Amino acid sequence: MNAWLRQHRQAFARALGRLGFLNILVIGVALALPVGGYALLESLRAVAGRLTLEPQISVFLDAKRADRDAISGKLKSDSRVSRVRFVPREQALKELSGVQGMSELVAALGRNPLPDAFVVTAREDGIDALAAELAKLPGVAHVQSDSVWARRLAGLARVGRLGLWLLAGLLGSALVAVTFNTIRLQILTQRQEIEVSKLLGATDAFIGRPFYYAGLLQGLTGGVLALGIVALSLGLLNREVGPLAQSYGSDFRFSFLPAADALAVLAFAGLLGWAGAHLSVQRHLRTIEPS
Amino acid sequence: MVSFSAVAKRYPGGEEALKNVTFSVQPGELVFITGRSGAGKSTLLKLIPAIERPSSGSVVVNGQNVGALKRSAIPYLRRNVGLVFQDQKLLYDRSIYDNVMLPLAFSSHPPREAARRARAALDKVGLLGREKANPIQLSGGEQQRVAIARAVVNRPSILLADEPTANLDGESARRILDIFVEFNQVGVMLLIATHDAALVAQYGKRVLHLEAGRVQ
Repeated sequence: MNAWLRQHRQAFARALGRLGFLNILVIGVALALPVGGYALLESLRAVAGRLTLEPQISVFLDAKRADRDAISGKLKSDSRVSRVRFVPREQALKELSGVQGMSELVAALGRNPLPDAFVVTAREDGIDALAAELAKLPGVAHVQSDSVWARRLAGLARVGRLGLWLLAGLLGSALVAVTFNTIRLQILTQRQEIEVSKLLGATDAFIGRPFYYAGLLQGLTGGVLALGIVALSLGLLNREVGPLAQSYGSDFRFSFLPAADALAVLAFAGLLGWAGAHLSVQRHLRTIEPS
Repeated sequence: MVSFSAVAKRYPGGEEALKNVTFSVQPGELVFITGRSGAGKSTLLKLIPAIERPSSGSVVVNGQNVGALKRSAIPYLRRNVGLVFQDQKLLYDRSIYDNVMLPLAFSSHPPREAARRARAALDKVGLLGREKANPIQLSGGEQQRVAIARAVVNRPSILLADEPTANLDGESARRILDIFVEFNQVGVMLLIATHDAALVAQYGKRVLHLEAGRVQ
């Protein structure tokens, strides 16, 4: 057991000594792209998620013809509706003036142009059908369902995520290829030592071990660098985004990956590095035989 | 014990390096293998640590049929067979001490025991004072002695040497052979291939003479 540990420690130390900065940089940059994209998308999704938790329908009333109680009763008896809130036009105006930058506009209007409205919170399924029905009720001027833009946003996010997975797949293969080639070069430059070691009775496992560690370490350090690049970039972006979001009355910030995701990135990078080393060792180490 | 029975070796392309070779060497014996270049001396030695496999016949080393050995078992066979080559095969990117330490790295000796063995091996070949030197700084004879130290550091029961004196002057060559004889006196089996019949004659040991792949 002692000897086994010692051999692993020696292999690790040798692999550490062979670590090249340029390779790590290539891997770090390659991984930073999908990881950074993921961080951006997750930050946006957190915002979008708050907005679209429950699909809402706004029912605007025609002030002259509307029978408010009849419509209210109809809404409350519908099984698809989970909550109904009546917003009188005075309150709507007050809410509008509360939004930053709008109070002057409201004051300039002179009279209240807003109609009375019901804000209907509906269950997810059948929201479009419900909106269409409500539009036909007498006294209803206009119905606006936010399911359309919510669905569009969700669709857009799906496209973004798919794109990121594709990018991650491509760059992950690049990581394997870079490691494969690095290890190939290392094996070739140590051809003589490998040959002599085989003559003296070294096992394939012993000879291959430093190369496996080299691949693993290269992937891991590349992953660490990628996380560093993303953290730094998000920090820089936030310095600009912060004031901009504040001017919209939002405290939006791009947030770094959750710890579990960051660890997953490291594990993935290490695994790919190990895989690249494995392919290279299988392919190149066996061809070196003493003669 | 090493025993060959009806061993033939053909290389791809049809060249027949060994034909129907049969002999055996007892533990503790010293045997010179003589013959001209191309007579099959190197091929014969390479069959023992499974660097080459026989085309037919069997090579048995310490009870193991080498020709049928699994790839994964070969390293363990080689740890018990010390090898010395004409072109020493030293690593020039490290000191002679580290060269001698190389076989100990994968045979899992504790560090202190490994260091002690390496120094003892260098002492036996008379190079203990120069352990920090790089092989490139040594003469041909000294480099060959480093190679011997590396071959014996794992205390193999069999030592093979392929033309160990080919590039050396008479004095250095005799020194190398004297070292081999000393190892033989403590029980190591030696097979030494050489084309230098005059040198062999001085030692009066068993000689296996090869001609065109056959034992004469």
